[in-house]
Amino acid sequence: MTTPIPLELSANGAAHTLAVDPRRSLADVLRRDLGLTGTTVGCETGVCGSCTVLVNGEPVRSCLMLAAQADGTAVETVESLAENDPTSGRLNPLQRSFKENFALQCGFCTPGFLMLGTALLRKEPTADRARITECVAANLCRCTGYAAIVDAVEAATRTGDAFGPEDQEQEGADA
Amino acid sequence: MKPPPFAYHRPDTAEEAVQLLTEYGPDARVLAGGQSLLPLLNRRLVRPIALVDVARLAALRGTGRQDGALRVGALTTHAALERTADPHVRDGLPVLPETARLIGHLPVRVRGTVGGSLAHADPAAEWCLLAVLLDADLDVLGPEGQRTIPAAEFFTGAHRTALAPGDLLTGVRFPRPAATAAVAEYGPQRGSLPLVAAGAEIVLGPDGRIAATRIALGGVEDRPVRSGTAEQALLGGVPEPRLLDHAARLAAKDLDPRADHRAPAGYRRDLARTLTGRTLAASLARSTARLQEATAP
Ligand SMILES: Cc1cc2nc3c(=O)[nH]c(=O)nc-3n(C[C@H](O)[C@H](O)[C@H](O)COP(=O)(O)OP(=O)(O)OC[C@H]3O[C@@H](n4cnc5c(N)ncnc54)[C@H](O)[C@@H]3O)c2cc1C
Ligand code: FES
Ligand code: FES
Repeated sequence: MTTPIPLELSANGAAHTLAVDPRRSLADVLRRDLGLTGTTVGCETGVCGSCTVLVNGEPVRSCLMLAAQADGTAVETVESLAENDPTSGRLNPLQRSFKENFALQCGFCTPGFLMLGTALLRKEPTADRARITECVAANLCRCTGYAAIVDAVEAATRTGDAFGPEDQEQEGADA
Repeated sequence: MKPPPFAYHRPDTAEEAVQLLTEYGPDARVLAGGQSLLPLLNRRLVRPIALVDVARLAALRGTGRQDGALRVGALTTHAALERTADPHVRDGLPVLPETARLIGHLPVRVRGTVGGSLAHADPAAEWCLLAVLLDADLDVLGPEGQRTIPAAEFFTGAHRTALAPGDLLTGVRFPRPAATAAVAEYGPQRGSLPLVAAGAEIVLGPDGRIAATRIALGGVEDRPVRSGTAEQALLGGVPEPRLLDHAARLAAKDLDPRADHRAPAGYRRDLARTLTGRTLAASLARSTARLQEATAP
């Protein structure tokens, strides 16, 4: 084992100071050290995109980023989406849209698609079907056949909701 | 799988990076965006003893003008070029943002860098093709100081370059604008490396004849190659479809295509011909539009 290196990052708004073995990926540190197991790891070679999280607002494959490379960044994972109501654990409009449009079956790929969709809808809240298809083509899903995922993101463009990180505070504002 | 252990350094200057690389020798690697290196590490296909993360070298990021050339810093990401507002890129080399969009998908483009792609030297990589097509110069900082390597000498084989241990690629310079250059590629899956990519530039003279032209092909041989005979055939000619088709045929004929699990040699040759034809037509259309603009009252 090599010398651990210091790492400071924010995960879903919470600041963390850690010491990590340099060979560990951001995905592993999120899952094991920070307990954010919503991010799933499939291939670890950059092919499937299930591990997609947002780093400084941009979607990245967290298996292709050393945790050390995330020093000083703000990371957002799927856990940041549900509106933090401990009793109802309510889904946000994009998550609800996935449910309503049958955009998941086994659900393994879902956190990655939700984060891709979140990044897209923040930048382009009225993205059309072609843009959505181009965006979600980054990730693999072995169950749904993709059409339902595109439907779900497209339906979310019609709800008029914002998907900015600042939204997390406005609990219930969209109900 | 997880990578084997390595020492990790994140220097603040290019000089410091080169010093670290020199001290560790051939078993150290530069870490840029990690989009090619981390898959290799995770599969343990490479086992470097040290990684030198160059993320803090801010001077190596972004585009700018230098003695009439367009300079792209090695750490400029594919996404940064895709979204660039730099007028020198948008007007002088629009083929750069167009090509950036062809690379992987957004999450890969957000992290992956131009320098990393050139150093990785995949035979089908888009930046390697453009460097050869546009006669780029690659700037290197090594243990002995700065030097410049022309793209034609930089790529020495599949995943092989003229970089030596201790060398850091700092940037790539495109010596002059190429507003009409175009790229076309094909692969069975969008977002992966193409099987074959073609790049071309046609410049029309005031008489409407081809005054200058460049053609390059990637993914066919072990590195991107220029097609001298096809370029010669076009020069001075009237740009009719038959001439372009003849040139595309010559370009394909000249090649010595590789065969692998992705495609047999003959298929690569066929693709080379089709894609050369497409990219010549695209470049001609741009060149014609410019000529019309220039002569419009
Ligand atoms: C899913 C997926 C799809 C992809 N699709 C494409 C595609 O369509 N087209 C394409 O071209 N690429 C594609 N790539 C690769 C991608 O473009 C990489 O970003 C690029 O090849 C490497 O750049 P990087 O900054 O990530 O480099 P890294 O992965 O950090 O490094 C790659 C290699 O270059 C060396 N290196 C990096 N920077 C320097 C430097 N400044 N000086 C010296 N050596 C250096 C490293 O030591 C390493 O050996 C894809 C990757 C993935 C994961
Ligand atoms: S686990 Fe990261 S891309 Fe598959
Ligand atoms: S829902 Fe099973 S992989 Fe996508």
